[in-house]
Amino acid sequence: MPLIRFIQHDGAEQEVHVAPGTSVMHAAIDNGVSGILADCGGACSCATCHCYVDEAWQEKTGEADEVEQQMLEFVMDYQPNSRLSCQVKVGDELDGLVVRLPKSQI
Amino acid sequence: MSNEHAVIVGASHASAQLAATLRQSGWEGNISLVGEEAIPPYHRPPLSKGYLAGEKHSDELLIRPATFYEKTGIDLVLGTRVTAVDPRNKTITLHDGGSIPYGKLALTTGARVRKLDLPGHDQEGVFYLRDLNDVDRIRGFIGPGKSAVIIGGGYIGLETAASMRKLGMEVTVLEALPRVLQRVTAPEVSAFYSRVHGEEGVNIITDAAVQALEGDGTVKGVQLADGNRVAADLVVIGVGVLPDTDLAETAGLEVDNGIVVDEFARTSDPDIVAAGDCTNHYNPIYERRLRLESVQNATDQAKTAANTLCGKLENYHALPWFWSDQYDLKLQIAGLSQGFDRVVVRGSADSGRSFAAFYFCGDRLLAVDAVNRPKEFMAVRRALTQGQSADPVKLADESVDIQQAFTQ
Ligand SMILES: Cc1cc2nc3c(=O)[nH]c(=O)nc-3n(C[C@H](O)[C@H](O)[C@H](O)COP(=O)(O)OP(=O)(O)OC[C@H]3O[C@@H](n4cnc5c(N)ncnc54)[C@H](O)[C@@H]3O)c2cc1C
Ligand code: FES
Repeated sequence: MPLIRFIQHDGAEQEVHVAPGTSVMHAAIDNGVSGILADCGGACSCATCHCYVDEAWQEKTGEADEVEQQMLEFVMDYQPNSRLSCQVKVGDELDGLVVRLPKSQI
Repeated sequence: MSNEHAVIVGASHASAQLAATLRQSGWEGNISLVGEEAIPPYHRPPLSKGYLAGEKHSDELLIRPATFYEKTGIDLVLGTRVTAVDPRNKTITLHDGGSIPYGKLALTTGARVRKLDLPGHDQEGVFYLRDLNDVDRIRGFIGPGKSAVIIGGGYIGLETAASMRKLGMEVTVLEALPRVLQRVTAPEVSAFYSRVHGEEGVNIITDAAVQALEGDGTVKGVQLADGNRVAADLVVIGVGVLPDTDLAETAGLEVDNGIVVDEFARTSDPDIVAAGDCTNHYNPIYERRLRLESVQNATDQAKTAANTLCGKLENYHALPWFWSDQYDLKLQIAGLSQGFDRVVVRGSADSGRSFAAFYFCGDRLLAVDAVNRPKEFMAVRRALTQGQSADPVKLADESVDIQQAFTQ
């Protein structure tokens, strides 16, 4: 079971184990990690699941598709490693993934 | 505050958020979530989309897994209807005669479908679409080659039509008004959706007056007032919802097209808050009272309500937004278009499948309907949240970057 380390804006950390194939969004919601809202439940429609993928992991998580990229341009505090967490699926190769959360979603 | 028992009635979008925020904000007392449906809170939007089309399993609908509630000490009391609230003794009565005392109460009773009293409405094969149960029953009647009639050309009706076309069914949509989505969009947007549904093989009949549902105990067709008849193996009625205010009324709370709440989600009783589809609340951005039917409103207002119960008064002032998925069309709406006097289109609604319609009242940008235009949706959501307007000429000009169009 891959492990994800969530780091809140204020530095608080939480580690969760998830079944392979789970999205980073679900990993947060299912385990009560605050900071991810995910109003649309993963339909890539709301952009309230914004997160930052630690630079060391960016290559492995791949790139945002066109729709996701267009939405990311307008999230609060966009950074080059911004992603919508519902679009990042965690397989065994992402065991240990480090994800940072923004101060606010909207 | 925090050692009291918080009881939340209704177990859906608003209540799931309310309970989670209560815990995040430090509520230490018991939390009970009492809901009539038998499963933990689930995402309702996929019901007419991926779940109806068979692309999603019911486990994937849950807003949070059952273990979340266990871990956070939130007691789920499911399959239980609350029949009355007694605000003087601070107890709720359950359908089986039991009762639960509360310190604080939250009403998240949502909305229920508006029923049509048509001749023949009580036959097999006639459905409304609000709950998982409804869709599970509908799924027993669908399949390739079967004919469906959808009464009502709103978002849910059109999504249902799209999902059924995906399954290879014959689909007719009957809309009483001159155009689909008439109450919620501009004529340009209605025309776009009519065109695409036509291209996808849906038969849309507007100005349709339904006279009766025909059949022999199982529905066989729909009789129209103009003498036409449409054959059907099933009929889905989607003609809007009404706020579920029965309980609030038993409690003697102020009700006026929804449970009346203030900017902190407080009802007229100091120990009772309310959130979601069931409320009538003031929106400071549009400067009027509203009743909204959206996940955004359910979750954002629930946060406000939970914080209020924890003694943190935070004004509810979120910008409304909404989405709808049909075929390959991803519609995202930011703001409320009601009251517009002008529409500006970026891209073309007359051909293709991507454009944005911006709604103005005078110089003021009110809202956007963005079809396969996530960038326009996000840009307008941010601009409206920040109180900005936009230059209509720049919006209409695709050669101008959307970010250059906004004005203070
Ligand atoms: C098919 C469909 C598609 C939709 N698509 C979208 C979409 O794409 N985007 C969007 O933003 N919104 C969409 N919506 C609207 C969205 O689902 C609602 O706005 C949202 O569910 C409101 O949440 P709520 O918690 O306020 O109320 P509800 O979801 O209505 O839940 C209220 C709950 O309270 C229970 N209840 C009521 N009275 C009692 C009682 N006395 N005792 C016990 N339990 C009680 C009900 O059984 C129900 O489970 C859609 C709705 C439907 C039906
Ligand atoms: S959950 Fe809505 S975009 Fe990710």
